[in-house]
Amino acid sequence: MTHPVSLRAIAAAAALFGGLTVAHAQETIFYSTQLRPIEEATKVREVLLKGIPGKVTYVVDEPPAFAVRMKAETQAGKRTASVVGALHGELQPHVPADLQPVDDVAAKLTDRGIPASLMDLGKLGTGQQQYIPWMQATYVMVANKQALQYLPAGADVNSLTYAQLQQWGKTIADKTGQRRLGFPAGPTGLLPRFFQGYFYPSFTGGVVTTFKSADAEAGWNALKELWAVSNPNSTNYNFMQEPLLSGEVWIAWDHIARVKEALTLQPDQFVAFPAPAGPKGRGYMPVIAGLAIPKDAPNRAGAVAVIEHLTKPQTQLATAAEVGFFPVVKAELPTDLAPGIKALAGAVAATQNAKDALVSLLPVGLGAKGGEFNKVYMDSFQRIVLRNEPVKDVLEAQAKVLDALMKDTGAPCWAPDKPSQGACSVQ
Amino acid sequence: MPARPSWIPYALIAPSVVFLAALFLVPLVQTIWLSFSAGEGLSLENYRRMAGDLNFALAVKNTFLLTLVVVPLQVVLALGMATMVTKLDKGRDLVLWVLTIPLGISDLAAGLAWLALLQNTGYLNSALYALGLIQGPTGWLSQETPVALFFAIVLAELWRATAIVLVILIAGLQLIPKEFAEAAEIFGAKPWTRFTRITLPLLKPSLQSALILRTVLAFEVFAVVYALGGRNFPVLAGEAYVWQNDNQNYGVAAAYAVLIMAISLAATAVYLRALRTRPEQLP
Repeated sequence: MTHPVSLRAIAAAAALFGGLTVAHAQETIFYSTQLRPIEEATKVREVLLKGIPGKVTYVVDEPPAFAVRMKAETQAGKRTASVVGALHGELQPHVPADLQPVDDVAAKLTDRGIPASLMDLGKLGTGQQQYIPWMQATYVMVANKQALQYLPAGADVNSLTYAQLQQWGKTIADKTGQRRLGFPAGPTGLLPRFFQGYFYPSFTGGVVTTFKSADAEAGWNALKELWAVSNPNSTNYNFMQEPLLSGEVWIAWDHIARVKEALTLQPDQFVAFPAPAGPKGRGYMPVIAGLAIPKDAPNRAGAVAVIEHLTKPQTQLATAAEVGFFPVVKAELPTDLAPGIKALAGAVAATQNAKDALVSLLPVGLGAKGGEFNKVYMDSFQRIVLRNEPVKDVLEAQAKVLDALMKDTGAPCWAPDKPSQGACSVQ
Repeated sequence: MPARPSWIPYALIAPSVVFLAALFLVPLVQTIWLSFSAGEGLSLENYRRMAGDLNFALAVKNTFLLTLVVVPLQVVLALGMATMVTKLDKGRDLVLWVLTIPLGISDLAAGLAWLALLQNTGYLNSALYALGLIQGPTGWLSQETPVALFFAIVLAELWRATAIVLVILIAGLQLIPKEFAEAAEIFGAKPWTRFTRITLPLLKPSLQSALILRTVLAFEVFAVVYALGGRNFPVLAGEAYVWQNDNQNYGVAAAYAVLIMAISLAATAVYLRALRTRPEQLP
């Protein structure tokens, strides 16, 4: 009599614990550096993650905190996140200690049509897939249609040069009395990326190795002329959609997510097109975000489900419509897409397909020194363009800072610079 | 009545001291330590980096210039307003309430309010355009209009932070017995003489407190400057913020913080000595 009762109790307990385990295993923590602003995070939680079996908790963090937490959890031997979303450059420092390979997930997703070049990027320089591309963005030019009448003769917005942009800005300033070319040079503006992904590659074909080259010197002199016809409030601008919508600025360069509102609210008023080309080509910086699975993830199956869901064509299209980041999968943009998003999609396609396109990656391998890397370029801008110091002297001085920074971090060169053995150095 | 043991006051104050030590002294020591840490062991590298930075000299100059302009103006304005408020018979509480409204507004909110007034599409430009004084939107807050930007920041600071000085001075004025002024009046002293010979000397302790508090806060000015000028007008606290958040170099950020503290301590010492009041002069 005692024995049967015990067996029944054991069975009941096993069922209960099993149930608890299953319930606990159903939650997936999705930890991300992307889509952090509350509006975007809300879209992720309420729209983009809908339809995934089980509970997915979306947690956002600043990139430096992300890096610290990933390392800390590895050292502690206790992992909380099962899937992480971050930029290519933000995931790089976490190979191989903090991430696990996801070749099996990649194999499941071959039907998605993710370009081989993007998948190769996701290997992060190793032989195994380290992240699955999630979404991409880039930076584009947006112009008020009022500005189009002042385009230089023969200029096509889809294949502008920096010289033509300068002429365009000058004509507008002369004819309207206002300087209406704008750049996001404010405290939280993304101007550092303009230098690293557009200006330097276009004029010099590199970003670190060519930092103080003769081509760079010529480029900075051209930029001074460009700034002379740029809105002086540019050093106050952070999101260019604001001055575009207010009419203060007619031509602007910025990240897609920061001009999207202008095109969405007034699609008939604005056009979007690729950034200009310089002597070396049309530099542009694709911003790739990836999904990775941390080592010892509590719920790997849940992580795989999240990755599968977010790479579905319909989810990718919803991502484009809701938060302005574009598909990495083969997905035909629907004809009923909002006009503003359609214009941006056209600009993205024109950028990627340009014959003279020159790809730059986000800085890779700098870890916590990314901010100081940006500072080298912004200080150069401050000294050369705003304070009118001699170009050559400034580049020599800043090159020393940059070189020391690269040696400190040991970061190898990334595109558009040629691969290096060991740290990338200024030549 | 039995004499109280002499240790009781110290025992009573001990919890506050422990609290202060835990939440202030420990972080302070950590910050100082951090500012001297670079690589291995103690180093002056962070201070060297700070002093050699592009914006260091400009931030020091801007911070001192702003303090030297704003603090005296605020004291004068507050003295004027406090004197007037003290003389009111009716509506005194209402006036006092209105004058202290800025105290309840955060620094950043005050900065944004002035930004709405002064930006290209702001109320000032709208009014000037309506009056036909300008042809179109005029930039007042860019790096190309440093004088206008400085003036805008001074205005915002005066509006936002004069109230704290006012409150302290009103409290001080209320401590001065009315009989002193009445006696002087009987003996024929003019209003200006009464103000400079009686009111000001007796107000010295309050002025000391107000000046210490206001000057220390002025050296830490950040949010108003950030809202109105972004990086166009570097100040010390702004640079500390940038090194911490943008450059992610906590050592240099800590060095800036220690520098701000050192300047504040020096200013406090100056006021404590220069405005020292002999006991017999207290009200």
